[in-house]
Amino acid sequence: MFGIDWETIGPLYVRAFGQTLYMVSVAMLAGGLAGLVLGTLLYTTRRGGLLQNRLVYNVLNFVVNLIRPIPFILLLAFIGPVTLAVVGTQIGTEAVIFPLAIAASFAVSRIVEQNLVTIDPGVIEAARAMGASPLRIILTLLVPEALGPLILGYTFMFIAVVDASAVAGIIGGGGLGDLAIVYGYQRFNYPVTLLAVITIIVIVQLVQVLGNALARRALRR
Amino acid sequence: MVRFDGVSKTFPVGKQTVVAVENVSLTIEQGEIFAIIGYSGAGKSTLVRLINGLERVTSGTVTVDGIDVTALSESKLRPVRSGIGMIFQQFNLFRSRTVAGNVAYPLKVAGWPREKRAARVAELLEFVGLGERARSYPDQLSGGQKQRVGIARALATSPKLLLADESTSALDPETTQEVLRLLQKVNRELGVTVVVITHEMDVVRSIADRVAVLDRGRVVEQDTVFEVFSNPKTETARRFVGTVIRDRPTSGDLTRLRASHSGRLVTAQVREGGRVGAILAGAAELGVSFEIVYGGISALQDRSFGSLTLELQGPDAGIDALLVRLREHTDVEEVAA
Repeated sequence: MFGIDWETIGPLYVRAFGQTLYMVSVAMLAGGLAGLVLGTLLYTTRRGGLLQNRLVYNVLNFVVNLIRPIPFILLLAFIGPVTLAVVGTQIGTEAVIFPLAIAASFAVSRIVEQNLVTIDPGVIEAARAMGASPLRIILTLLVPEALGPLILGYTFMFIAVVDASAVAGIIGGGGLGDLAIVYGYQRFNYPVTLLAVITIIVIVQLVQVLGNALARRALRR
Repeated sequence: MVRFDGVSKTFPVGKQTVVAVENVSLTIEQGEIFAIIGYSGAGKSTLVRLINGLERVTSGTVTVDGIDVTALSESKLRPVRSGIGMIFQQFNLFRSRTVAGNVAYPLKVAGWPREKRAARVAELLEFVGLGERARSYPDQLSGGQKQRVGIARALATSPKLLLADESTSALDPETTQEVLRLLQKVNRELGVTVVVITHEMDVVRSIADRVAVLDRGRVVEQDTVFEVFSNPKTETARRFVGTVIRDRPTSGDLTRLRASHSGRLVTAQVREGGRVGAILAGAAELGVSFEIVYGGISALQDRSFGSLTLELQGPDAGIDALLVRLREHTDVEEVAA
């Protein structure tokens, strides 16, 4: 069907699909959480913030700006030694998740910071006036108040991580990107490339629709 | 209840220092509604934040209910803040929480157990007349309703002191009166001392007992509302009083009056028991006739005050004699020709 040799490609497709989901979801979970913490720190340590601290802010800001511009394909190679130390190997699906999560966390940190900045400072002042501690405000107020835009930001990041995961093939990470390159592009089997691309488009569409719906609920609009 | 002793607050702005509050000393008594009025930039928002330590003094001391808040660290201040309610111009409600959730938040901060919280929230929403809106979100409420939620939230922990920072400035006149009546109810029924920050003299007239006039960080006048309204001593206070009480002719009014009245013009203050009318009744026997050409009398804190501008016609000796009689009872100012 569609000029695809399903007997050979079928199992490979299923495996690639699973690998992509695995890489993206674990990277998003770890990177999303780390990015939330990092972004909240960036927001709270900036001038006028709840935990204003020039040194911490400047260091974090510098590190985030240092890592973020590195193209993912280079980051894979660049932090290879760290990946080896943390994961125990530099090849395979798990070895891709680590750099994916790193890249995601730094990108998410900026998204989180940008969305927290839009919270009305008066709301935080009101909580302070009630005697709430900075920690309580951070844990119980910041994320709920910025939830709608945060969901949209995470949706955006999810799609960026799907994009980045496509280069996983070069270190044997597998996934749909790898399938498209190795079995489609390099073997002049265009239908396989098409199949992988369509699958990625469908994943992205589904996630975007879900993200929009959740954000709408959070914003009650 | 609140005492400022020689309090100053400066902010660094670039390389310069801006003085927001300068050497302020005042005492706010337990159970009163105390207003602080000033133009924007006069330092009133900073001044009120020195009470609950949202801003820290540069020098001087602020004592709240016997506690020197200027000596407390940020973490020691938190329980003190829990006992001071605060409401804001922009309401500052939590958009992510329902009306009930907003009112419950300070209770959570103060460590109330869940089952006691629900009853307290219901009681507070009943008090501000929003019992039906517990499950609404702030975005679904009108401005006046939002401020009532703000008041319920500020009163949650039964504070003895409520700070109202321009609490009606974002509201229309009718809603303003509604919120002011609620603040008065808070003061009278719950015995909460209220500090009202405003730039509207009408707010001061409606609910305050005493008022401090703030001008460029300094308290230039401080007295009962009646005294400030009936006898403002500084130019700033006069201008504020003039925004709501217009019993004295402006220079434009005087030019117009001059054009149509040839007699001598005098402005006499009218006070409770001032007997201005009785004296004027005797004007005829001095050969003097009078005409009321401008003026107004208002009531404040159950006392009348105001002024009347009169045109007096007749022999100068008779007019002078009449003015002597008037001056025995009240202040009279001859308006220069």
